[in-house]
Amino acid sequence: MEPIKVLTANVDKPNSKSIEVYLEGGGYEAARKALQMKPEEIVQLVKDSELRGRGGAGFPTGNKWGFVPKNAPKPTYLLCNADEAEPGTFKDRVIIEKDPHLLLEGMIIAAYAIASNPMAYIYIRGEFHYGSTVLNKAIEEAQAKGFLGKNIFGSGFDFDITVHRGAGAYICGEETGLIESVEGHRGQPRVKPPFPAVVGVFGGPTVVQNVETLSCVPFIISKGPDWFKSFGTPKNTGPKLYCVSGRVKKPGVYEFPMGVNLKELIYDHCGGIVGDRKLKAVIPGGASAPMLKPDEIDLPLNFDAVMKAGSMLGSAGVIVLDETVCIVDAVWRLSKFFAHESCGQCTPCREGTNWMESILDRLERGEGRQQDADLLLDMADNIGGKSLCALGDAAIGPVISSVKKFRDEYLYHVTNKSCMPGTTRYRRLDMPVAAH
Amino acid sequence: MADLHPDNPYAKDRFADPSKKVEFSPEAKKKFDWILTRYPTKEAALLPALHLAQEQWGWISPETVHYVSELLDLSPATVFGVVSFYNMYNQKPVGKYHLQVCTNLSCMVTRAYDIYEHLCEKLDLKPGETTPDGRFTVGEVECLGSCNTAPVVQVNNDYHENMSVEKIEQLLTNLK
Ligand SMILES: Cc1cc2nc3c(=O)[nH]c(=O)nc-3n(C[C@H](O)[C@H](O)[C@H](O)COP(=O)(O)O)c2cc1C
Ligand code: SF4
Ligand code: FES
Repeated sequence: MEPIKVLTANVDKPNSKSIEVYLEGGGYEAARKALQMKPEEIVQLVKDSELRGRGGAGFPTGNKWGFVPKNAPKPTYLLCNADEAEPGTFKDRVIIEKDPHLLLEGMIIAAYAIASNPMAYIYIRGEFHYGSTVLNKAIEEAQAKGFLGKNIFGSGFDFDITVHRGAGAYICGEETGLIESVEGHRGQPRVKPPFPAVVGVFGGPTVVQNVETLSCVPFIISKGPDWFKSFGTPKNTGPKLYCVSGRVKKPGVYEFPMGVNLKELIYDHCGGIVGDRKLKAVIPGGASAPMLKPDEIDLPLNFDAVMKAGSMLGSAGVIVLDETVCIVDAVWRLSKFFAHESCGQCTPCREGTNWMESILDRLERGEGRQQDADLLLDMADNIGGKSLCALGDAAIGPVISSVKKFRDEYLYHVTNKSCMPGTTRYRRLDMPVAAH
Repeated sequence: MADLHPDNPYAKDRFADPSKKVEFSPEAKKKFDWILTRYPTKEAALLPALHLAQEQWGWISPETVHYVSELLDLSPATVFGVVSFYNMYNQKPVGKYHLQVCTNLSCMVTRAYDIYEHLCEKLDLKPGETTPDGRFTVGEVECLGSCNTAPVVQVNNDYHENMSVEKIEQLLTNLK
């Protein structure tokens, strides 16, 4: 499969972030066209395109828009999820920094389709300071042209966007955590139902949508759902950004029709493994996605195929681990992440993630016990499905998959009190560890 | 999320010192007033207001917590609850250069811990500590969303990408 340039069509142009460059490429024509249509027509086009959310869950976008009640007592909101904090994910950043107007145009169309109130928010992770300045500049440019503000394109639709910076909390990428954070609270997820489409931010119906998802929308309007569906396979359609990092020769963001073959992506497009070593494991969809072994990677990277293989496409953050990586060390690091980022609301997640981290740490220190591998599975069983939001389920993905697929490596740590020969632990055990 | 560090000023029953009045600079005040116009509730301006405060003072002191709580009609406890939830709000002063090494998986397997350990040893710091001359604070951070250019070190607002021990050495001498 050959790479494509749809979402990334502009990013290599000089000064691609400016509105002039965007307009030269036909920018904002889709929004102009959309605002002459009926909102229901737009929702139908997005349904027909079979676009699914690019933030992790793969929920059909048009259906989500269709859930928004028509006569809610409170105003409707559109929130763009630019939190991009799933380890291994760095695709939204490309759009934010290199083609911000594509996102703004997608937001205008989405807002119009869901009859949004005149203000939407882009929730960007606080660390993307540069990205937030690019977005603010782009918003000013769009306001100056009349693409944001009152009576856009003479349609009578008023709409503006505010960039809301997060402050370093992965959980604010979860849609109800994000909503809490926009409201000025600790980012602790809410119980669902009610779903955000019914009661979300400031009490109004709310649509939360990932940056890449919104950036697909202008193409669906300008080129039509059939063109969009010409990429990929039924139910897994459209152009898709893949992030590849870890031990590959050419890490980066790659755009393909949805469903590029994972093996091909790693070996043909990313140049294979550093030092031409052997592959050990691949995490296909960000830290939350269960690991795949080398004999499991000959599969199309789309929502359904990766799910069938026992993992998930998630944020399409492909992390490649070679034979020199100690699996226990890698999983320890991911567990440390989840323990740090658990919002602390539910006991299984708050306590369980910390315990998993501690057990993995003691295995690395040569203090592991014979039953630790099973203990980890048992703990995972007590977190999965027993926590309020999907972070709990995410945290157990790497643990369960690695214990099942690399049990010998876990047992080696117990028996020999060290990592397997030929594998590396990257940190020193005598260094101070920050509290979380 | 973040635990109270033992030498966190809030952990020692420290209350805001009324003799230490804090106030936004005129530009910050202008920005703050604009922020208020962008949200349907006052409370929603809390995160942006804390960012403004940290830009001005470098950290969120107990005095700042009180000041912001008055501006937004919130209780100091509510404001402190938010400050302590989010990693980026510094609960104690940090150095002129806040060096935060991403050690999450993609950075780890490209040897980020070498950089982190080098910084801790060279500057003789534990995570969160600041050099006596007030120049450097060292810490570990979670994935910065830049794994294609791993390892990544965040220095204040900027990312330094494709880092190595040699490059961080060079950077330290450049950051005066
Ligand atoms: C713990 C957690 C973290 C998440 N982080 C992000 C994120 O950083 N960016 C994102 O777009 N979605 C993230 N999501 C998914 C969102 O909850 C939500 O499904 C998504 O923003 C919906 O938009 P989409 O349908 O366009 O994908 C996260 C979910 C969970 C459970
Ligand atoms: S599962 Fe974890 S992150 Fe999610 S609400 Fe519960 S404690 Fe918070
Ligand atoms: S793991 Fe370091 S930037 Fe993602």
